[in-house]
Amino acid sequence: MKIQDLVDSLGLVVFTGQTLLDNEVTGGYTSDLLSDVMGFAKEGNIWITLQTHKNVIGVASLKDLSAILLIKGFEPDQDALALAEKEDIPILGTKMGAFEISAKIYNLINS
Amino acid sequence: MKFQYSVEGGDFTMAGHASSQVKKSLKQLGIDSSIIKRVVVALYEAEVNIVAHAYRGVIDVDIESAGIKLKLTDEGPGIPDIEKAMTKGFSTASAAVREMGFGAGMGLPNIRDNSDRFTIDTVVNKGTVLSIEIDFK
Ligand SMILES: Nc1ncnc2c1ncn2[C@@H]1O[C@H](COP(=O)(O)OP(=O)(O)O)[C@@H](O)[C@H]1O
Ligand SMILES: [Mg+2]
Repeated sequence: MKIQDLVDSLGLVVFTGQTLLDNEVTGGYTSDLLSDVMGFAKEGNIWITLQTHKNVIGVASLKDLSAILLIKGFEPDQDALALAEKEDIPILGTKMGAFEISAKIYNLINS
Repeated sequence: MKFQYSVEGGDFTMAGHASSQVKKSLKQLGIDSSIIKRVVVALYEAEVNIVAHAYRGVIDVDIESAGIKLKLTDEGPGIPDIEKAMTKGFSTASAAVREMGFGAGMGLPNIRDNSDRFTIDTVVNKGTVLSIEIDFK
């Protein structure tokens, strides 16, 4: 499954990374703790979180994640947006909460 | 191959800089990606600990043919009880740091789990030295 498929199916906002939506999604990881993601997210995962600061981009880049998805209508900080563009990490958004969007993404990836 | 990076306590804007530089170097050297992943986790956590818990520090990176040696030397409060600090979930991070998603108390356990050899030398009110070694095998 590609990021683009998730964007289309779930009506996700694309804050940055429009040209990176062909990235393959290997699964998802839902967490607001950076060490948790650092330790346990897998390459190609989409990271579902409410953290909007630039350290999230740093972690996503170090872990080779496929995208960051901000929940509950949160928007990325300005410096996070700039770093994401530089590091080629797509940032997406949804109005849904973590539980609901994680379930939907899980079902799409595993269907 | 040797590199050195300096780290400022409290400056989260640069947290992860050394990790990303080292990741690039290891990639260029063609090191196995499963090894690079372990180095990245261990170094990131150690680097963030200086930012979150110490005043300033220096990271010495030594890449040899057999593996990588990381030495993180900081000036800071030190760690009064290493066993406690190594416990999953234990953290003295401030509320502001926790709000950013740091301070899960998983850093030191993550470093231990991703390294082949890991030692902590610490003196309270002076500072801490972490030695991390990961073999390329
Ligand atoms: N370099 C350091 N200097 C002083 N204390 C440290 C240092 N690294 C870790 N600690 C102490 O060990 C605790 C656990 O560290 P860690 O497992 O990385 O969790 P966290 O950083 O999320 O608190 C910290 O909360 C802190 O009290
Ligand atoms: Mg830590």
